[in-house]
Amino acid sequence: MNTVIISTELAYWAQSLLRVLGGLVAVLLPAGTIVYIFLFKMMSFMQSRLGPMEAGPYGSMQLFAEVGKWLQKEDIVPAAAQAEARIFKMAPLIVLASTFLLVVVVPFGPDAWFTDFETGIFYALAVGSVSVLGILIAGWSSANKYSLLGGLRAAGQLIAYELPMVLAVVGVVIQAGTMNLQQIVVAQNAGSIFGWDGVGNPYILTQFVAFLIFMIAVQAELTQTPFDMPIAESELVSGYMTEYSGFRFLIFFIGEFATAGVFAMIASILFLGGWGVPFAWFGWTDINSVDNWMNVAGPLILFTKMLVLVFFIMWIRFSSPRFREDQLQRFAWKILIPISLINIMVTAVFKVAF
Amino acid sequence: MTMIGDRQQLAYIAAQAADARVNVELETEGMTLNIGPQHPATHGTLRIIARLDGEQVIWAEPSAGYMHRGYEKLTEVRTYPQVTALINRIDWLGSFANEVPFILAAEKLMGVEAPPRAQHIRTILFELSRIANVSLFLGDLGVQMGAVTPVFFAFRDREYVLNLIEAATGGRFHPNFDRIGGLKDDLPAGFIDETRTVMKKLRNFCDEIEGLLFGNEIFQSRTRGIGVIPKDVALQYGLSGANLRASGVDWDLRRDQTIPMAWDKVDWKVWTHPDGDSFARCWVRLQEVRESTKIVDQLLDTIPSGPVMAKVPKIIKVPEGEAWVSTENPLGEMGYYVVSQGDQGPFRVKIRSASFNNISIVPWALKGVYVPDIITILASLYFILGDIDR
Repeated sequence: MNTVIISTELAYWAQSLLRVLGGLVAVLLPAGTIVYIFLFKMMSFMQSRLGPMEAGPYGSMQLFAEVGKWLQKEDIVPAAAQAEARIFKMAPLIVLASTFLLVVVVPFGPDAWFTDFETGIFYALAVGSVSVLGILIAGWSSANKYSLLGGLRAAGQLIAYELPMVLAVVGVVIQAGTMNLQQIVVAQNAGSIFGWDGVGNPYILTQFVAFLIFMIAVQAELTQTPFDMPIAESELVSGYMTEYSGFRFLIFFIGEFATAGVFAMIASILFLGGWGVPFAWFGWTDINSVDNWMNVAGPLILFTKMLVLVFFIMWIRFSSPRFREDQLQRFAWKILIPISLINIMVTAVFKVAF
Repeated sequence: MTMIGDRQQLAYIAAQAADARVNVELETEGMTLNIGPQHPATHGTLRIIARLDGEQVIWAEPSAGYMHRGYEKLTEVRTYPQVTALINRIDWLGSFANEVPFILAAEKLMGVEAPPRAQHIRTILFELSRIANVSLFLGDLGVQMGAVTPVFFAFRDREYVLNLIEAATGGRFHPNFDRIGGLKDDLPAGFIDETRTVMKKLRNFCDEIEGLLFGNEIFQSRTRGIGVIPKDVALQYGLSGANLRASGVDWDLRRDQTIPMAWDKVDWKVWTHPDGDSFARCWVRLQEVRESTKIVDQLLDTIPSGPVMAKVPKIIKVPEGEAWVSTENPLGEMGYYVVSQGDQGPFRVKIRSASFNNISIVPWALKGVYVPDIITILASLYFILGDIDR
C-alpha cells in the first residue's frame, strides 16, 4: 500500500479495492488469530483442558468450522422485534463498522497505511464510540428485558470508560507533540531517554500510568471480564446479544475480537513504539530514512506487539470475576479519571520543564 | 380500629398515592423480570419473579415446582429397597447422602443397626458425596460472578471423587448402594490408598479456589455485605446447613445428634462465620470441604474389620410405626418422616429437603438488592433444583 504506487500508478477502482482488501485482512486476521490462540487454546490451557483438537491439526481449523456453523443457522428476528426488524438487523453491522473505521488510521509501516490523518488518534477515539450506538440499538430493538438491561448497562459503561481512555491518551499526545499516529510512532522510535537512545523512547516507560489506564479502559470498552456486566451471561443470559442468532451473532463476535485486536494495535502504537523497532538500531533518524522492507516487517512487528497486549487482556478476562455496575462506574469516575488528570498535569509540567 | 391505627393507615395510603404520582410523572412504573425457569443462573428450572425499579429489586418471589417429580407419592408404591433408587435423585450432586437418612429411619423402625464397618463406610461415602457436591459449588460460584476458570478446576477435581464413589458403589451420580442393615458391598481393593491421594488433591483444590476467588478483591467486593441474613431471621426461615452456620449459629447435625454413623469417632470442627453475608456462606462451605477431607482421612485410618451387612430377612417388612431421621446433608438438614403400616413399602414418606427451606428466604433476602446481587445471593444460598422440587 505504498502511497506513491497507489496515488500515481493505479486506477481509482484498484486503489479502492486494495484498501478494502487490506482493511478486511487488518480486521479479520487479528480477530481470527485472537480467537484461536487465546479464546480456544490459551483459555483451555488455563482451565486444564485441551480445547478444540479435532478440526485440523491441533484444532487449527476449528475457527472455520465455527464460522460455517454460524452461517448455516437461521437468521431469526423475534416476533416482538418485528416492528423494528430493519434496525434490529442493522445493529451488529454498526458495531462491526466501528471496528473498520478504527483500523483506517492504524499505520502498519512507513508507507503502509490506509489514511494518514493529522488528527489520527482523535479520530480513532471518536469512531471507537460508534459501537455504543450499535449496542444500544441492539438492546432496545430486541424487545427483550435482558437485552434492554444489557444495552443500557453497556451504554453507561462505554461512555464512562471513554473518558479515562481519552485522558490517558492526552499524556502521550502532549509528549509526542502530535495527534498523528505515524508521527507518534516516529517520535517514540527516534526519541531518546535523557540522551540514551538504545531503545528509543517507547512511551510505556514515561507514560506507564497512562498505559495502565488505557489498557483498563480498553478492557472496559471491549466489555471483557471484569467489565462484562453488559453481557453477564449468568444474569442477563447474553445481554444485548441475547436475541441474535446465526451470522448476526457472528458479526457481534467478530466485532468484539477484532476491536480487541485494533485497540491493542492502537495501544502498541501509542505506548510500545508501533510498527518500528527502535530507529537507532538501523541508523534511521526520521520517517524518510526508513528502508522499504519495513513495509513488510512493520505489520509483523505490530502484530506481535498486538498479540502480547491481547494476551494480557485475555489473561485478565479468564481469571477474574466481574464488577457490579455501580462498582465499575465508581472505579471509572472516582479512581481512573482523577489519576489520568494528575498524569496529564505531571506530563505537562515535565514537558515544559525539560 | 383505634384513632392511631386510622391515622397510620391514612398516612400509609397518602404515601402510596404520593409514590404513585411520582411514578406516573416520571413514568417509572417498574418492570417485572422473570428470571427463569430457563436461565443460566438457576441451574435448573427455578423461576424468580422480580419486580424491578431500574436495576433495583423491589419485590421478588421464587416460583418452584417446574421440576416436581412426586417422589413422596412414588415412594408409597415402592418397596423399601426400591426407594433408594428414587431418592438418589433429590440432590443429584451428593446423591449417596440422600439415601442415608431414609435407610436410618427404616432401620430405626425395624430395630436393626448396621455393623461398625458399614457405619464407617457409610460415613466415608457420605463425606465423599459432600465433597463432590460442595466442590462443584465452589467452582460454580466463580461462573455466577463471571470468572469462568474456577469451574473447570472444580469439574477436574470432582472427577477424582466421583471415580472413588464409582469404584465403591458402581454409580457415579446415583450409587443406590445403601441397604437396610448395611451396605451392598465392601470397599474395593486399593480404595483406601487412592482416597488418601484424592483427599490431598482436594485440599490443594481448596487452596487454589481460595487464592483464585476468595482472595480476589472483585469477588470480595461482590460478596461482602451482600445478602446479609441475621441470626434470628435465618432461624425464623428455617435455614439449615452452611447457610445457617454462616449466620453465626453453631448448629451441625453431624455433631449434635447421636445416630449410628461414625462422625463422633473422629476429630473435626464445625465452622461458623459471624457475618451472615454471601462471602460468609461461601467461606463456610470452603472450610467444610477441608473438614470433610480431614474426616475421610481419619475414618480411613480407623476403619474396623467385620461384615458390612447385619442380619436382615430376605424380604423386608418394616413393622408398624413412625420414625423421623435427619442428617446434615451437603445442602443442609435433610430428613425423612417414614410412616409404616407393616407392609413391604412405606405407607407415607415426608421428605424434608434443605434447599426448599433455604430458598424460602429469597423474597426477604432479595428485597432492595441490585440485579447482579440476585445472582450472588442465589449462588451463595446454594440450592439444587431436585432438592427444591423433589
